[in-house]
Amino acid sequence: MSTPSTDAPAESSVRPSEASAFRAIAVAVLKGFLRDKSAVFFAVIFPLMFLVLFGGIFGDQGRSKIDMVQVGPVSILDDLPPQARGAFESTFDVERSDDLAAAIEKVRKGDADVAVVQRGDDLIAHYTQTDPTGAGITQGALRSLVDGANVAASGQPPQFTLTTDSVEDDSLTAIQFMTPGLLGWAVAMSAAFGAAATIQGWRQTKLMRRLQLAPVSTRTVVAARVVVTIAISLAQMAIFLGLGAAAFGLTLTGSWWLAIPLLVVGTLCFMAVGLLAGALTTTTEGAVNAANFVVLPMAFLSGSFFPLDDAPPWLRSVSDVLPLKHLNQGMLDVMVRGEGVGAVWVPLLILAGFALVVTLVAARLFRWDTA
Amino acid sequence: MSAIEVRDLTKTYGSLRAVDGVSFDVAPGEFVGILGPNGAGKTTTLEMVEGLRRPDAGTISVLGEPAWPRNRRLLSRIGVQLQASSFFERLTAREQIRTFAALYGVPAQVGDTWLEHVGLVEKADTRVEDLSGGQAQRLSIACALVHEPELVFLDEPTSALDPQARRNVWDLLRGIAAQGRTIVLTTHSMEEAATLCDRVAVMDAGRVLEFDRPTALVERFGVATLEDVFLTLTGREYRA
Ligand SMILES: Nc1ncnc2c1ncn2[C@@H]1O[C@H](COP(=O)(O)OP(=O)(O)OP(=O)(O)O)[C@@H](O)[C@H]1O
Ligand SMILES: [Mg+2]
Repeated sequence: MSTPSTDAPAESSVRPSEASAFRAIAVAVLKGFLRDKSAVFFAVIFPLMFLVLFGGIFGDQGRSKIDMVQVGPVSILDDLPPQARGAFESTFDVERSDDLAAAIEKVRKGDADVAVVQRGDDLIAHYTQTDPTGAGITQGALRSLVDGANVAASGQPPQFTLTTDSVEDDSLTAIQFMTPGLLGWAVAMSAAFGAAATIQGWRQTKLMRRLQLAPVSTRTVVAARVVVTIAISLAQMAIFLGLGAAAFGLTLTGSWWLAIPLLVVGTLCFMAVGLLAGALTTTTEGAVNAANFVVLPMAFLSGSFFPLDDAPPWLRSVSDVLPLKHLNQGMLDVMVRGEGVGAVWVPLLILAGFALVVTLVAARLFRWDTA
Repeated sequence: MSAIEVRDLTKTYGSLRAVDGVSFDVAPGEFVGILGPNGAGKTTTLEMVEGLRRPDAGTISVLGEPAWPRNRRLLSRIGVQLQASSFFERLTAREQIRTFAALYGVPAQVGDTWLEHVGLVEKADTRVEDLSGGQAQRLSIACALVHEPELVFLDEPTSALDPQARRNVWDLLRGIAAQGRTIVLTTHSMEEAATLCDRVAVMDAGRVLEFDRPTALVERFGVATLEDVFLTLTGREYRA
């Protein structure tokens, strides 16, 4: 051990720059996060497991009947032999319509699975690939009908041909619809848990009190923590999109980058939720559990795990008051539904509003310690 | 001008008067110890002088400036070791000292030399959670001194140290005092107070009972050691 080498107390102490303090705290917090195995697991690995798992479930799911809209007369269906009709009706629910455009719109919205129309000897099926299993069944069943009809007209050149046509410009697979929702959940979870655990951790280790005695502004400390969380959210996004594209055939639509501002404001919103959880509890476990208690049910009700399109109306109205639903919806719209700026500003405002209100409430309830 | 000027300082928690009308001055370059039984109000007093807790009443001037509200220009001139070690989670000793160095605008290499000063070079790559109690305490002292503050507050800096480390920290503090810096520490070691301090304050029940040179106290009380003075002043019963 040796004695410090300077000879006199510094008359004018060096004024530390806020930028270097900001960088130092951000780096320290980021390293702390990356070394926290359970935090990394819950932020990245756990949600990715769901992505893979749900992909598997969607792949071989036993399913209910396929909703078909028949536009005008379709001879191949109208003239089915009795035994074929039985098989047909166990697979399809048929609704009749005269308006092709309206029928296709129904399919596009997910209210029906396939719209069929006959043009001369061509059977044209408009279906959605939102649900690849349904699309596969539809195609297979229709093709066998067409083949059967051709056999029935034996000795002739094939009389009927089947043309299928996806209603979306880009092919939409299950991964397209699952990725934004699961990403929303992953970001909500890690932002809320991170904020809650930081509050409690810094309170318990007295680090916040020590930082109060260092010449850095509270704003710098908070900003460093927020920026690290946003960086983690963006990294989650990059991993989700990268893995989705590389391994599951995820394709994004034009304005997908609009998901970035959504994700940033969503992160602030869920940090606020974590802050509130931290303010209301006294231990790290308590804070993380409280955050989980809010985020997990919210994820279920916000379409993170299953689409809300088929959900009962009451559930949809409940989901409308949940910030995560708007984050998921906005990301879905811009990432895979091909929508643009128009689809993000309402979710952005709602998320920002939530962030502000929850932060204000948390700040009122919050005490660093009892002193 | 005094380095520290405290007048009629009071802090109550509920019905407990943790600090009850404390006044004292510390001259620039002075090495002062605060003694007192558990719960005497040493930490509370120190933390109010540091600007960490808000006094209920009284005035505090530190290096000519008020301690409250928080004053960042003043904070860069003082160094503080809190009674409980407080670190960034999951950082190594080296990352820890470098982070604190950066907070005070001090280069990383200077931080590294402080690991040497407190004998933690071998533990530089050990995470703070894996340091022993005494090692963590030494790191905490290094973090308090890394920016070479004019005024240093240490709350029981040697309570967890082994005899070697304790003596080495004493040397370190003597060196700092010899450079003309002002040091205020709390301790339960009479030996430490008698060896290091120019003057000691004996506190009990939120009040300062005596504030004088250790030798003067021993002489005035007509006893053999500083510990006898302490026991005469504060009794022999357990404190809450
Ligand atoms: N935040 C607090 N809330 C309520 N009471 C407190 C608080 N902080 C301290 N006290 C009380 O104030 C009294 C003085 O505490 P303080 O920590 O200043 O004692 P101390 O002299 O530093 O003791 P020790 O030698 O054990 O460190 C104690 O009785 C303690 O219980
Ligand atoms: Mg104490």
